[in-house]
Amino acid sequence: MNKHLLSIDDVSAGDIQEIFTTAAEMHDVQNRQVKKLPALRGRTVINLFFEDSTRTRSSFEIAGKWLSADVINLSAKGSSASKGESLRDTVLTVTAMGIDGLVVRHGASGAAEQISRWIDVPVINAGDGTHEHPTQALLDGYTLTRRLGTLEGKHVAIVGDLTHSRVFRSNVKSLTKLGATVTAVAPPTLMPAGVGDWSKAAGFATSYDLDEVLPQADAVMMLRVQRERMSGGFFPTAREYTVGYGLTRDRLAVLEPGTPILHPGPMNRGLEISADAADALDSLVLDQVSAGVAVRMSVLYHLLAGEETSA
Amino acid sequence: MSILIKGATLPDGTTSDVLVHDGTVAELGAISTKADRTIDADGLRLLPGLVDLHTHLREPGREDAETVLTGSRAAAVGGYTAVLAMANTHPVTDTAEAAERVLDLGRTAGLVDVQPVGAVTKGLAGEELAELGLMARSRAKVRVFSDDGKCVHDPRVMRRALEYVKAFGGVISQHSQDPSLAGPTACCHEGELSGRLGLPGWPGVAEEVIVARDVMLARHTGSRVHVAHVSTAGSVEVVRWAKSQGIDVTAEVTPHHLLLTTDLLTGYDPTYKVNPPLRPDEDVRALREALADGTIDAVATDHAPHARHDKEHAFVDAAFGMLGLETALPVVTTVMVESGLLDWAGVARVMSANPARIAGLDAEHGRPIAVGEPANLTLVDPTTKVVVDRAASVSLSRNNPWHDRKLTGRVVATLLRGTPTVLEGELA
Repeated sequence: MNKHLLSIDDVSAGDIQEIFTTAAEMHDVQNRQVKKLPALRGRTVINLFFEDSTRTRSSFEIAGKWLSADVINLSAKGSSASKGESLRDTVLTVTAMGIDGLVVRHGASGAAEQISRWIDVPVINAGDGTHEHPTQALLDGYTLTRRLGTLEGKHVAIVGDLTHSRVFRSNVKSLTKLGATVTAVAPPTLMPAGVGDWSKAAGFATSYDLDEVLPQADAVMMLRVQRERMSGGFFPTAREYTVGYGLTRDRLAVLEPGTPILHPGPMNRGLEISADAADALDSLVLDQVSAGVAVRMSVLYHLLAGEETSA
Repeated sequence: MSILIKGATLPDGTTSDVLVHDGTVAELGAISTKADRTIDADGLRLLPGLVDLHTHLREPGREDAETVLTGSRAAAVGGYTAVLAMANTHPVTDTAEAAERVLDLGRTAGLVDVQPVGAVTKGLAGEELAELGLMARSRAKVRVFSDDGKCVHDPRVMRRALEYVKAFGGVISQHSQDPSLAGPTACCHEGELSGRLGLPGWPGVAEEVIVARDVMLARHTGSRVHVAHVSTAGSVEVVRWAKSQGIDVTAEVTPHHLLLTTDLLTGYDPTYKVNPPLRPDEDVRALREALADGTIDAVATDHAPHARHDKEHAFVDAAFGMLGLETALPVVTTVMVESGLLDWAGVARVMSANPARIAGLDAEHGRPIAVGEPANLTLVDPTTKVVVDRAASVSLSRNNPWHDRKLTGRVVATLLRGTPTVLEGELA
């Protein structure tokens, strides 16, 4: 496995399966009364968050703590540029404290990769701008694999604001690596620039028509649509978006019974996902959250519990 | 002081000795006269001193990144005898006093003629015209006006600016980029790569619509517009069409847009963050062809030094720009001459004569190498290959995208009015 997890490009299909196997073991720990494993005892992990996040940060925090690591949360909100300090300065200062791993969330695409070039310890990308969110994709893949048995030959529709979604960019890579077929669905204004060439090279499909895609989907992943996109002129109104691309009650009825529905959260109920869909039995939304801790434990374990620990 | 340049190959391919005396070219041909200094130019190319239409010298305001003196050094080492200093300093060059100050700093440095560019609008805000006439009447005799770094995007302001500068033969050098066609954080070329990397980009069309609008405004006003750093094939098409219609438009291209492509952004290295952004290969090819066929008139560096810490932010937050003065000639040699797209007469045209004419400096610079002409000269070794080392730069900054690249061509000597500023490739 690569030293860092900056992008799904850093893990092979085999690595992903290995992460899932370990995650399944970790998942069992969550049901124990005593949840701690000693794997990362004596290790220090810093969650360096340049952007607000509740669920990802606490998920990483719990994951680290259950592995007995010392986890420190540092919020570095606000652009360091505006404070006169460079990103490199900030990161070098933090790592100089003597840490074993850095979990980074940053509002700018590529920040985690840049940081990994400046420091020696493993860097885990907890979301960089609109680029990637690899642990989210791993937990989505893990959740779907547990539900569907395998993703080989399965068809997953990813629907929503693809342009601004790091979850999409990581998932399209990981789901494809796991053997699934992906169709990315969005109005043209929310498709990433150059998606035609990209999808051809990467082997996924795109569509503007959700109703055409849904009947063939083995799983549906709905992405959050930020309401402020309307002021950017990406689509006219929330109502129109819902009619075109929302997982409404009517569309829910079109899905094969038992089709898993995922949403990375936070959900805009009534916009991209109806309450019926969100609460439907088949929604894996809460499963995703608990899987998140297990998958992050697995990632931390694989990247940080190196030879020194086993020696 | 007299200098004898022995056996130089002139832009037209002929070989001649050149005697420089009292700041002018005194004699050509086979010369046996003794001089104070003799330079062996066997196998070397002698060009008229290079002229850069587009340099950022950062003084006043960011003297930690570059000063007029250090930028002048970089220019001299790059073979330049004149540079136009862009107006986006702090404070902005938008008054006669500010322009004269830059002029004086350049004279004190004494290595190249530093010609200030005046802002088109006050504070580069794009709203009210700066004192264009007072800058033109000042000792700095400003003729080129630009809000470079920003686009004069309001068509009303652009129209008035074009009309107004006709009174004193001025030209508006436009940074063509419609700000409403991209988000405020745009930082790269919008295309497949930006889509994959999740970086907000400028589409080529954001440049092209402004170029198209401006050539129509130039036609309507009967004025001159200069398109700074053309970066797309579409802009080239518009400029080509405008010239065919007799519209008074000129255009420049940077060395980096002639060679570097957008795929360099794959690792999010801000060294390659520049505005306008690096474009795909098809644009690069169109720019080379346009420079060869005369659609693009000039190579201009857009030398943009930055302090190290301003480039060590996340990609979208890092500063725009890259160094260019010291490497422009080697890049042009590598891209245009080695490929056969341009001969040395062509290099003299696009790096000296045309930019001098566009800037109104053609009484002193960009002159033919002939008896009686000012001895602003650049001597080039056209075949030596050099691996660029950013640490060896005389600029204060190190944001050098050419680091570790092997380029052909080396400036051996630069003469400013007969005085060597560079000898044997080093500052004299």
